[in-house]
Amino acid sequence: MKNQEDNKKGHQPKQDDILHDAVNEEYKYGFVTDIDTNVIPKGLNEDVVRQISALKDEPEWLLEFRLKAFRHWQTLRQPTWGHLHLPEIDYQDISYYAAPRKKKEGEIDPELVETFDKLGIPLNERKALSGMAVDAIMDSVSVRTTYSERLAELGVIFCPISEAVRDYPDLVRKYLGKVVPYTDNFFAALNSAVFSDGSFVYIPKGVRCPMELSSYFRINAAQTGQFERTLIVADDDAYVSYLEGCTAPMRDENQLHAAIVEIIVEDRAEVKYSTVQNWYPGDKDGRGGIYNLVTKRGLCRGDHSKISWTQVETGSAITWKYPSCILKGDYSVGEFYSVALTRNRQEADTGTKMIHLGKNSRSTIVSKGISAGHSQNSYRGLVRVAPKATGCRNYTQCDSLLLSDTSGAHTFPVIEVGNDSSIVEHEATTSKINEDQIFYCNQRGIKTEDAVGLIVNGYADEVMTKLPMEFAVEARRLLSVSLEGSIG
Amino acid sequence: MSALKQYIDLYNEHRELVERHAPEALNALRPAALAALEGARLPRKGEEDYEAIDMEAIFAPDYGVNVTRLDYAIDPAESFRCDVPSLSTCLFHTYNDVPHISAVSRRNLGEVVVETLAEAATNRPDLLKQHLGRLARLDDPTVALNTLLAQDGLLVYVPDGVTAPKPIQLLNILSAAHPMMVVRRLLVVAGENAHVRILGCDHTQGSGTAVLNLQVVEVVAGKHSSVDFYELEESGNDTSRVSSIYVEQHEGSSVLVDGITLMNGITRNNYCVEVVGEHASTELLGMTIASGKQHVDTRSFVSHNAPRCTSNQMFKYVLAEEAVGAFAGKVLIKEGCERVEAYQGNRNLCASPEARMYTKPQLEIYTDDVKASHGTTIGQLDEDALFYMRTRGVNVDDARRLLMQAFMSDVIDGVRLDVLRDRLHYLVGKRFDGTLAACTGCAICGK
Repeated sequence: MKNQEDNKKGHQPKQDDILHDAVNEEYKYGFVTDIDTNVIPKGLNEDVVRQISALKDEPEWLLEFRLKAFRHWQTLRQPTWGHLHLPEIDYQDISYYAAPRKKKEGEIDPELVETFDKLGIPLNERKALSGMAVDAIMDSVSVRTTYSERLAELGVIFCPISEAVRDYPDLVRKYLGKVVPYTDNFFAALNSAVFSDGSFVYIPKGVRCPMELSSYFRINAAQTGQFERTLIVADDDAYVSYLEGCTAPMRDENQLHAAIVEIIVEDRAEVKYSTVQNWYPGDKDGRGGIYNLVTKRGLCRGDHSKISWTQVETGSAITWKYPSCILKGDYSVGEFYSVALTRNRQEADTGTKMIHLGKNSRSTIVSKGISAGHSQNSYRGLVRVAPKATGCRNYTQCDSLLLSDTSGAHTFPVIEVGNDSSIVEHEATTSKINEDQIFYCNQRGIKTEDAVGLIVNGYADEVMTKLPMEFAVEARRLLSVSLEGSIG
Repeated sequence: MSALKQYIDLYNEHRELVERHAPEALNALRPAALAALEGARLPRKGEEDYEAIDMEAIFAPDYGVNVTRLDYAIDPAESFRCDVPSLSTCLFHTYNDVPHISAVSRRNLGEVVVETLAEAATNRPDLLKQHLGRLARLDDPTVALNTLLAQDGLLVYVPDGVTAPKPIQLLNILSAAHPMMVVRRLLVVAGENAHVRILGCDHTQGSGTAVLNLQVVEVVAGKHSSVDFYELEESGNDTSRVSSIYVEQHEGSSVLVDGITLMNGITRNNYCVEVVGEHASTELLGMTIASGKQHVDTRSFVSHNAPRCTSNQMFKYVLAEEAVGAFAGKVLIKEGCERVEAYQGNRNLCASPEARMYTKPQLEIYTDDVKASHGTTIGQLDEDALFYMRTRGVNVDDARRLLMQAFMSDVIDGVRLDVLRDRLHYLVGKRFDGTLAACTGCAICGK
């Protein structure tokens, strides 16, 4: 309204004002669902690990896996290398399992259905977008997976990982922890010890999954963490596009989200993994918000296999996330497209790793950072070409856009090349919005606030076009909510 | 025993000797250096900023240190002549870590002062007190070790408003019969509106003896001054070099630091530039040609603490055979330093399947109204260009050599000393066709 009035008076709001208004936009998913939840007491020890395993009725081998991970975790220390102000988290002050209580076996609480409706994720198949199957996860359990039966006809398995452990133990056991072993890092060890639900996807040989698969993660209970685990396996010649979304209520205390995503891709198969991350980012003074500490990694095991990561990161108080590709197969392809927007006191340290082990493997990295307010936004990446991986190609571009003089944008790439037939390129730029571009738009009758929106959207466009249709709409809206909040 | 410990022990054992043969200005820095080394350790391969180099292994051999300041019974001016034709400079030799000041060169300097730190301690104690050891950071154990053991060095002082009439050439000759650590120190102070060009050349005489060249250079560029500092390394396979150059730039100053490695064993160059005044411009160039088992490791850090400055970095590597190259660079632009323009480039050619390159260009930016970018590439010669040249009858070896020379030419063209630039084109050409001897121009072995 303010801007409209300004315009009526015949003068335009300043660019700084627009950006200032934009960074003060409220979080829209901050409500809490009042629902009966079964929360185990706070604290973490072997008994808690056993209790989680027992609650999920897990086989002995999985409990052993958890216990091994937990023992290893005890020997590790929280990493400090990120360009983040991550405080020492009190891991004994978190509850590691929270499940909405079921009213009756096989039925979903109407409150839950309503919650997910409000979030735009209808659990009722008739209402849902026909092109997308959803696994909806609230706190530590999967609430509902839609279209499972229809997918099963094609041999596609899409179910909560706890069900997969029960129904397809051999498959899960074969792949679990193979790409991200529990020894990988501090948060991976923690997740391996206490992980609760997440999705399991198996696409059999030669199947092109007919619809987008999607997981929606919601943290609802207070003083809990979410530790989901997702495992995606694409067998020879298979294809799947997988989407992930997430939100959490507004709270003054920080909540922990430490997930693992593992992807295995066989010969000529392709997995496209898209994330729109919109965890609660904390208020404008940096109170509250989610600590998003995630390990995501894909293994291109087969020749000519492909993994494509696309992420739009707008939420979380702290983001520590490096979706990576191990390009083991010859001619395998890894892609990483990212837009990371930080506002207020948010901090993001995100990027990717491309490990070239197969001959003639290729990778592309496009990372766009936008920092506003007092936020810190870092790109951290590794491109490694093994000595035997001849003929590899990498292209990396990471750009940063600074929207305030108190924010920070940083780039920390590492490149290691071990042979003479590979080509690696890296480019990075950091700048603020080009005043010439705004002036050009103004000249053509475009208001400054629209021009800023246009330029930012144009800046992020290279990544946005990689998102599946359903998500692109959501992601564009998120960006415009964040940046053009003051318009109208 | 850790590598550092042996030198700390050596110092403790010979403390009295070390201090007796050194000026007070250097002795005054030792307690802080000793304290900094307490509990310190040298970085191992794989650690942050040391991805490809093992500092512990470099310092591990039991090197001797010339604590008694034995003078060498050689006239370095006689034993070694500069082989850059028509390069008219004021030449000063340093034989290992013992500086020799030539009276002729000194006369040609005009108002510019070049003297040993021992002389400067008597002639200009205040200047030394003000600047010596101020920029060098003791949290780097190699710098602390240098500070602990350095007994002499050189001061180049250009008073306010003075322009050095000729380039100053510092010829460093490394030669030892037994494994030796050479502890060198250089302080360059350019006053307001002072202008100076300095060329440092490292040469190893003879081969087969391991020499570790541990150098710390501090450069203070006063307001509106210009300092060009070139370093040309043409040493041998048995020479290790650990060099740290610290630069402080005041308002309107212009500094060029150019590190050229044509022949070496293991080299680690640290560049650290603090820009504290507005409108300063920084040019950091580096060029490396390595083959065999040579190793060249560069770390650069440019910190912008003032607005409206520019910095430009370009490091180029050509790696052949089993050579290893590494580059870790960082540009830091602090809050409130608007209108800074910073560029950092690192271009590398891997010319053999065994060559390895590690690179890590970084930007850390805390203000919005800046232009900062970096670019890095690792690749090979352009196949199309090779093909084009071959279709015109140039044989493949010549074509490759020409393209490699062309690849290096923009770094060479950044040299602002005409004669040196021409000479570098020539030397690089010789280096690529393999005819550059380990010690060109050396009177002793006559190569």
